Amino acid sequence: MRVLVGVKRVVDYAVKVRVAADKKAVDLANVKMSMNPFCEIAVEEAVRLKEAKKATEVIAVSIGPKASAETLRTALAMGADRGIHITTDLRTDQELGSLSVAKILAKVAEEESPDAIILGKQSIDGDFGCTGSMLASLMDVPQCTFAAKIDFDASTVERETDTGTEIVKFPGLPAVFTADLRLNEPRYATLPNIMKAKKKKIDAKSIEDLGVELSEGNEVLEVFEPPPREAGILVEDVDGLVDKLKNEASVI
Amino acid sequence: MYGQKSAVEIDTDSFFKTLPAESEDAKPASAHAQVPFVTPLREMNFVLNEVLDAPGHYQKLGYTDLTPDFVDEINGAVASFAEEKVAPLYSSGDAEGCKYNTDSSVSTPRGYKEAYEEWSQGGWSGLTVPEEYGGQGMPLSLGVIKSEIIGTANWSWSMYPGLSMGAINTLLLHASEEQKQTYLTKLVTGEWSGTMCLTEPACGTDLGQVSTRAVDNGDGSYSVTGTKVYISGGEHDMAENIVHIVLARLPGAPEGTKGISLFLVPKYLPNEEGELTGEESADNRNVTCVGIEDKMGIKSSATCVMGFENSKGWLIGEPNDGLNQMFTFMNTARLGTAMQGVCHMERSYQGALPWCMDRASMRALSGKKYPDDVADKIIVHPDVRKNLLTIKALTECGRAMIYDAALKADGMLDDDEAVREKCEEELGLHTPTMKAWLTELGIECSSLGMQVYGGAGFIKDYGMEQIMRDARISTLYEGTTGVQALDLLGRKIILDKGKELGKQAKLQIGEAFEIGTSSTAGNHNLRGHALEVASLSTQWVTTSMRIVAGAASDREIVGSASTDFLMFSGYISGAYQWLKMMNAAGTALDANPDMDAADRSFYESKLHTGRFYFDRLLPKAYALRDMSIKKPDSIMNMPLDGWDLATTLPSNSGDAYAGYKPE
Repeated sequence: MRVLVGVKRVVDYAVKVRVAADKKAVDLANVKMSMNPFCEIAVEEAVRLKEAKKATEVIAVSIGPKASAETLRTALAMGADRGIHITTDLRTDQELGSLSVAKILAKVAEEESPDAIILGKQSIDGDFGCTGSMLASLMDVPQCTFAAKIDFDASTVERETDTGTEIVKFPGLPAVFTADLRLNEPRYATLPNIMKAKKKKIDAKSIEDLGVELSEGNEVLEVFEPPPREAGILVEDVDGLVDKLKNEASVI
Repeated sequence: MYGQKSAVEIDTDSFFKTLPAESEDAKPASAHAQVPFVTPLREMNFVLNEVLDAPGHYQKLGYTDLTPDFVDEINGAVASFAEEKVAPLYSSGDAEGCKYNTDSSVSTPRGYKEAYEEWSQGGWSGLTVPEEYGGQGMPLSLGVIKSEIIGTANWSWSMYPGLSMGAINTLLLHASEEQKQTYLTKLVTGEWSGTMCLTEPACGTDLGQVSTRAVDNGDGSYSVTGTKVYISGGEHDMAENIVHIVLARLPGAPEGTKGISLFLVPKYLPNEEGELTGEESADNRNVTCVGIEDKMGIKSSATCVMGFENSKGWLIGEPNDGLNQMFTFMNTARLGTAMQGVCHMERSYQGALPWCMDRASMRALSGKKYPDDVADKIIVHPDVRKNLLTIKALTECGRAMIYDAALKADGMLDDDEAVREKCEEELGLHTPTMKAWLTELGIECSSLGMQVYGGAGFIKDYGMEQIMRDARISTLYEGTTGVQALDLLGRKIILDKGKELGKQAKLQIGEAFEIGTSSTAGNHNLRGHALEVASLSTQWVTTSMRIVAGAASDREIVGSASTDFLMFSGYISGAYQWLKMMNAAGTALDANPDMDAADRSFYESKLHTGRFYFDRLLPKAYALRDMSIKKPDSIMNMPLDGWDLATTLPSNSGDAYAGYKPE
């Protein structure tokens, strides 16, 4: 089985971002960037498949600027075999939309013919969570999203729902899987693997070279910070609290 | 440029892990917050790539893989591990400390063992070890950066792999091939750890007094007997075996420093194949930990009293060559400890700055700066700014000083002996200065970090006071400040007849001239600073000459002058590094007038910080210079009975009068 994994370079999860002066985007200048945490989980799953001898090759793909090569290097250091870098200067946090990304990945999948495609369930900048499903639709293959556990032998996936988990059975490969938080705990790149990864190949080509026509993205009207937290109110007693939770906040 | 995290982070994970354990006498550690840690990669890359030309240096040495991107990748991987696995243990480790158990074992705080195992599995201890022993063969300078990152995250934890590196380097240079195959390989994988056993109850500074004895067993092994104290990592629960590198005296050896040999004494004796038998227990230890110390800081580092009782060991290298072997790594060890100064400065700054940006108190004297708020953020106040700028200016030039020396230290493992010797001479002048200056100022900066917090700085829950407690040891171990000063002035300058000092001064003057006469200097007002660096570099030499001249008639002048002279030297070195950094920043600004706002802000910040250094910190150099050339009389003239002996001396402390017979 050959596995294609998508990895995205995003703002590091620990950074508190600020709105850019023109209020049209988030200010990314000099902000620490890292691999999207859900993509890390996807890579980890693929590498574990290789270690269990269920997969023979893991290919990492990333769409983004020159610096996305660093993200691919991290995937290689975790154990991916080679990388594909689709270069673009479009902002991947807002200019390049989910459908365009799905189209690009579909073209890459057409060329590479992977058996399984594992993506993160969403990226922590856009938080759309659509790419995996769109990709599966474009490719006309099954999709198993929010995966907490994947069993390739039994062709089942335990997936997260709002109320717990459910087990679904997929008809077979190729298929698209999106990784949720509990799928695994990603490894840290070890020094020997970082050294070995230096010899692994990354092939770079532009979106135009790939021959993909992009879909129109969303137009960003404004980016603003959430309103500041307001002062709390004191309630008289537990009944008062329950009343507010039920009738004002509507959370119970 | 730092991640904009909140000023105070409650480590809830750590809190739940410190709830009472099964044992009745296990007290829950208080869960207090700690200063969050973000690796200052951009700062590090600036110094490496834009100030010191590390890329050129690595290419010249033949490390063709070490492009800036790859070095950044390695550092980034260490950073991720440090931030996510090591830093979260900083405060909880301090609260819990280590436990000495009834079976003479030592338990480290929760999470330490797991982090150590994962670090070892990451192969990081092999970064700078030759490939033939399981390492990656990278230059020593990368190891220095690695230790900065984990050291800033959690200095105590980093001492475990850190002391192992000391053992690794010693064995690498001095052990037999057989010893390396058995012990060095396992230190590299981390399955065994290492210690340096030098200090005894009666001697730390004065190793000539070492009394631990070693007797030849006749079969190639020796029986070692004695007590060693203050042994970091002497006993713990993180590795299967511990390799002690021990200074001891053979029978009939010459007295003093010339009669000390170096021995390898493992906690558990391996079998013929060099492996553990699996029968290891508290009953068949070759070396015993007699107790651990209760300390002011670095509490989660197990500081052990080690008992050697006919403990079986093997000679490393030649008899009576022990101290020479120790001195081989004196420079790198001092570099590593100098780094501790910078680590604590950096962590303190990361805690202090967010507080100053958030806390509101009083109004700026020049008018309200936050008129819509009830008070101005304290970042507006000059005294607060001065404190912050002091930490910032010293951290940044400290880092540059250390990296500069670290790159020079890459020559230490060169095959060419001439290169190794030149390297040692150059480093020899810098390392005592850096060690003492940066650790003394590291304590001061950690204190300033508390200062800006006001009363809250004293409260454990804000995480600032721990940094100062951890910093306090750094001027004491690895050679006290006083010892470093004597080494600098007495050995490295006076005994050397000022040769190396003269070379370094000329180098600084030459570079100051180049920078001062450049257009960059004109564009960014660096000429005055260049002139001052050149002038001080000259005074560096002339001051040493005045001290030498005085010492001809009174030897005590050397000891009286040395500490002030060392601090004087440190401020000059700092100025030299700042001049280079300001030059690099100015050059970058001039080369790319269209750079984005964040980059511009980074480089301009360098210029602002550098100006502060020259304006408000460097003037101390002149006072130190003046003090260092004074007569020693006010220090030396106090008679023995003038020290206020109204205080009762403990009866067993000895009587300073007895035996006092000055020649």
